[in-house]
Amino acid sequence: MVDQSAVGHRFTPVTAAVEPGRLRYFFETLGETNSLYRDAAAAKAAGYKGIPIPPTYLFCLEMLDNEKPFEFLTALDIDLGRVLHGEQSFTYHAPVVVGDTLTFQSSVASVAEKKGGALTLIGVNTTVTNQHGVHVADTARTIVVRNG
Amino acid sequence: MTDTKAAAVGDRVVHKQFPAISRHRLALYCGASGDHNPIHVDIDFAKASGFPDVFSHGMLVMGYLGQALSDAFPPSRIRSFSTRFAAITQVGAELTCEGTVAELFEAGGERCARIALTTKDQHGETKLAGEAVVAL
Repeated sequence: MVDQSAVGHRFTPVTAAVEPGRLRYFFETLGETNSLYRDAAAAKAAGYKGIPIPPTYLFCLEMLDNEKPFEFLTALDIDLGRVLHGEQSFTYHAPVVVGDTLTFQSSVASVAEKKGGALTLIGVNTTVTNQHGVHVADTARTIVVRNG
Repeated sequence: MTDTKAAAVGDRVVHKQFPAISRHRLALYCGASGDHNPIHVDIDFAKASGFPDVFSHGMLVMGYLGQALSDAFPPSRIRSFSTRFAAITQVGAELTCEGTVAELFEAGGERCARIALTTKDQHGETKLAGEAVVAL
């Protein structure tokens, strides 16, 4: 079982490219029709340097270009079938558009037991910077592990 | 797009409905998101893990809520976005995303609104509850 010794554990940084084709596939999957996202000319006319990413796409990028997308589970010896996503937050500091390359640095922020140990809540915080070293976002997720 | 500059506390500024989530959609999202956890697409794996069926990625549901949010507020004005995943979203769920203005305030020299967000299925069960801060 995961315990407090996991707090502070840093994962291998992930570098991910915001590629137009992959982003288009995400929009197709969600039925997105907003012209800001679907038309580069419309995005530029609205003041963006390129097509912007949608609010949750940072989460995807970190997994898409991760050689070990479930590293945090294997490193902490957690079975993939026992995890649920409890909470997710994004704080945006600067725009991210198609063509950017982002680096994600994640670490374990907290470990807490709930329901008499039936659940373990793991908080993971991630700092996101772009190719110019600009700190573009912070994300935080809570992973729920079903024990027993 | 709503005239969000004139938003008042209590106004419903986000509202969007989405078609039923199919197994096909979950397979597409698996590839689109890079989240290849088989629990969302492989019923054998889901059953072996104690679930009656596959179920939606929480982040697909949050992706729909994000789409509803950025229909009302362009991404350049969204300062933060957070949710709690209150319940598992099953195959067949027809989601409705809503947001109302909870608070108006100044932050970092900007006039901002805190938007209280929910995503519910066709039975009225809350799947996601969260909030966003947007610059007006």
